[in-house]
Amino acid sequence: MGETRKISLSVNGKTYEEEVEVRFTLADFLRQQPGLTGTHLGCEHGVCGACTILLNGRSARSCLMLAVQVDGQEITTIEGIAPSEDEMHPLQEAFRDNHGLQCGFCTPGMLTTLIEFLGDNPDPTEQEVREAISGNLCRCTGYQGIVAAALDAAQRLREAKGA
Amino acid sequence: MSGWKVFGSRAKRLEDPALLTGQGRFVDDIILPEMLHAAFVRSPHGHAKISRIDVEQAQTMDGVQAVYTLNDFRPHLTNEHLVVGLPSPAYKQELDRPALANDEVVYVGKPVAIVVADTRYIAEDAAAMVMVDYDILPAVADCRAALEDGAPLAHSTSPHNILAQFDMGYGEVDSVFANAPHVYSESMWQHRGGSQSIECRGAVSFYDPIEDLVTLYSATQAAHTAKNILIDMLGLDENQIRVIIPDVGGGFGPKLVFYQEDVAVVLAAKLLGRPVKWAEDRREHFISTTQERDQFWDVEIAVDNDGKILGLRGSMIHDHGAYTARGINLAFNSALIVSLPYDVPCYYMDVVLAVTNKVPVTPVRGAGHPQGIFVMERLLDRAARELGIDRPEIRRRNLIPTEQLPYTKGLKTRGDAPVILDSGDYLACMEDALERIDFTGFLERQKKALQEGRYIGVGVANYVKGTGRGPFETVTVRIGPSGKIMVYSGAAAMGQSTQTMLTQIVAEHLGGDMENVEVVIGDSSVVPMGIGGSASRQTVTAGSSALLAAREVQDKALKVAAHMLEASEEDLEIDGNEIRVKGVPDLKVGLGKVAHAVAGTPGYALPGGIEPGMEATKNFMVDDLTFVNGTAAVEVEVDPETGKVSFLKYVIVHDCGTVVNPMIVEGQVIGGTAHGIGNTLFEWMGYDETAQPITTNFAEYLLVSAPEMPHIQMGHMESPTPLNPLGVKGVGECGVVPAPAAIISAVENALSPFGVFFDHVPLRPPEIVEKIQSAKALAG
Repeated sequence: MGETRKISLSVNGKTYEEEVEVRFTLADFLRQQPGLTGTHLGCEHGVCGACTILLNGRSARSCLMLAVQVDGQEITTIEGIAPSEDEMHPLQEAFRDNHGLQCGFCTPGMLTTLIEFLGDNPDPTEQEVREAISGNLCRCTGYQGIVAAALDAAQRLREAKGA
Repeated sequence: MSGWKVFGSRAKRLEDPALLTGQGRFVDDIILPEMLHAAFVRSPHGHAKISRIDVEQAQTMDGVQAVYTLNDFRPHLTNEHLVVGLPSPAYKQELDRPALANDEVVYVGKPVAIVVADTRYIAEDAAAMVMVDYDILPAVADCRAALEDGAPLAHSTSPHNILAQFDMGYGEVDSVFANAPHVYSESMWQHRGGSQSIECRGAVSFYDPIEDLVTLYSATQAAHTAKNILIDMLGLDENQIRVIIPDVGGGFGPKLVFYQEDVAVVLAAKLLGRPVKWAEDRREHFISTTQERDQFWDVEIAVDNDGKILGLRGSMIHDHGAYTARGINLAFNSALIVSLPYDVPCYYMDVVLAVTNKVPVTPVRGAGHPQGIFVMERLLDRAARELGIDRPEIRRRNLIPTEQLPYTKGLKTRGDAPVILDSGDYLACMEDALERIDFTGFLERQKKALQEGRYIGVGVANYVKGTGRGPFETVTVRIGPSGKIMVYSGAAAMGQSTQTMLTQIVAEHLGGDMENVEVVIGDSSVVPMGIGGSASRQTVTAGSSALLAAREVQDKALKVAAHMLEASEEDLEIDGNEIRVKGVPDLKVGLGKVAHAVAGTPGYALPGGIEPGMEATKNFMVDDLTFVNGTAAVEVEVDPETGKVSFLKYVIVHDCGTVVNPMIVEGQVIGGTAHGIGNTLFEWMGYDETAQPITTNFAEYLLVSAPEMPHIQMGHMESPTPLNPLGVKGVGECGVVPAPAAIISAVENALSPFGVFFDHVPLRPPEIVEKIQSAKALAG
């Protein structure tokens, strides 16, 4: 094992204190130490977006960061999106209803990216959604179901807020 | 379809909840106690002799458990090679991949040694410390150059660079061409890249000495194939090896192939007595996972004055790469499909597969069909232009009319079965697409756009594609004492909703509750035989077997329940997990009880005198392909200054027979279309003259992303095939097939004021600008 450092961070609301190799990427750390394998690695050079997580509420590529960089910070992964074990987030529901996933490998990054985006832009146009996920590659869906899901989720979230 | 409970409905996918919450289990998500991590030492050269491999320094690094070369593996291998080529009389030489390279490397990326360490980080460090001495040899980078006299040999031990050669055709081609009023020739370059599934390949293996069992988790499309190859290479018996496919993050063809890394990981795990994982990274995917690549076509079409096709002939050179990792099937598909949608009185194609110093070529979604369709559609566009006939009109005059189906072509499949177009209405399909894109109103739109200085164009392409490749896929349907309906199959899933598809078919006949069905596929231990996911085949093959098995279990369950309820079978129905007497809600028995009744009690007869077990296993057998058809119609705008192509509209009308789940079918067609758009405008797997790959990341190799993708407008026709009991045809590859032909036609049409023509894919912006500039200079 190479040089290590102790970090403390919050992942999906739970605090972790971990000894981590200084060269470990954040993605490798999340997948191997807390065992949160929902964050996927598709390219490890910051293009495909599958590894996108929320860092203090902002989307970030976990393959392009080191674990030691997130000491003291808050992270949300796909495992932490749903409000409870029995209930999915409206975005997750919309993905299922609109066939926004096939193999599901790009899905974690799509969800985290869109959660941030819909927070900033609750009533987006189709083109704005397409731009928002332009840094997330999907090889199965042709993006159509994902775009439909995002627009559907935006509406559900607006309605929930209005209610 | 009316009257169905779940079959034919837009049922939500059973796969989704786990995948949406991060609970999926892909191969790299498997973490086992004591697990080690592998990295591969790979050839950095297109062609070289290995004079020495020195592993000493790597082996002694902290955290390194082992470094293995072929010499270390040899005592444990009963066959050093991966013998996987599909049978064909066309081979001129056998080029099977060795488990690891030993004395010669023939493409960049070829595995030379495997390093196993405590972490992947250490394994990669150590891989860099394995010293391999190479004597560089001349490499063959271009498949045309490979066939020239005096070309360097891609393998120094080969007599030549021809992997295989075959021809196919029918009719009196020579005399027809000699007497034809018009003959038009074209030379075309067609290139397709890799699958680039977002999940790369991967393998996890461990050996259990108590069971004497090797387990391999692999991101593959074919578990049983992998098992059988491992039996062959490692001298195991059937009980000593199990292959399991976890969730797979996209396959698209290349994951159908069994790879050197798979056997190396299995052997490493066995030798070390600890689990070993290898997760391919993206650069490895670019240089070591099979790809499609180049085809060079010289073709000509003979037509009469009315644009009626008289014949088509030509030749094609196909880049096979350095080894046979699948067969000659890709080139065969391309040559076979060219003439299929049209009435072509005579046809001849001569095909050569050239060996090059590049990663092996095997099918990617579409499997050679987009190329063959491109040839036909481009020739029709050329003939239309020369004869002054509208592009749809020349197609109307030549498409095979529905009244003539089934239509027997003078060609044979690779399995020597006749090619019979079974069902559909090709003409109606095209007319629907033309109407949706408003083809008749297009000229007006184009005129108006030109006045505004905008270049818009429209293109149309028809396709058929053989799907549902047999001979079978086993399905067992079983109800156990739990009352759950279990479905087992050799089918494999990589995102195409196979579990949901099988569930909809089975649930329809066994109570209609999809939640009560559990599908177990992608595991060599659940059924003895399996073929797996490829060639748009599983709904046809596994779907049909599932239907037959579910019906048999249904009959059996009703028979036993009739006995138990003392009622007539005709008065019973299965609803949810119960069988009840129609109209008498209280008179019922649970499926679990019914299953238990035939599970056997020592000394007591089974009720109703039926066979033991509430189960049925079916192998629906099919040899003939069922042909899907469709039409893509595309409207684009081209910026002549930058060469950028934008989609204004993209229509696809298709016919895949009976639809099990329209939502899933749409997803497949749109996804395939995205793949086709990428192939046509973005994806290029480049190599330099030394066969060094030059596009090995997603900045150099471009995939289509959301902003470039148009909204796909879809039309469905439903002509059930008579070839299987469901009436289904395959759909997984459809979208990709017409895309290149339709898009290039539209781009050419948009740029018609410049008089430029295109004969290749991919067509990228600089090439468009260059063509326009040369045309302008000529006009000058």
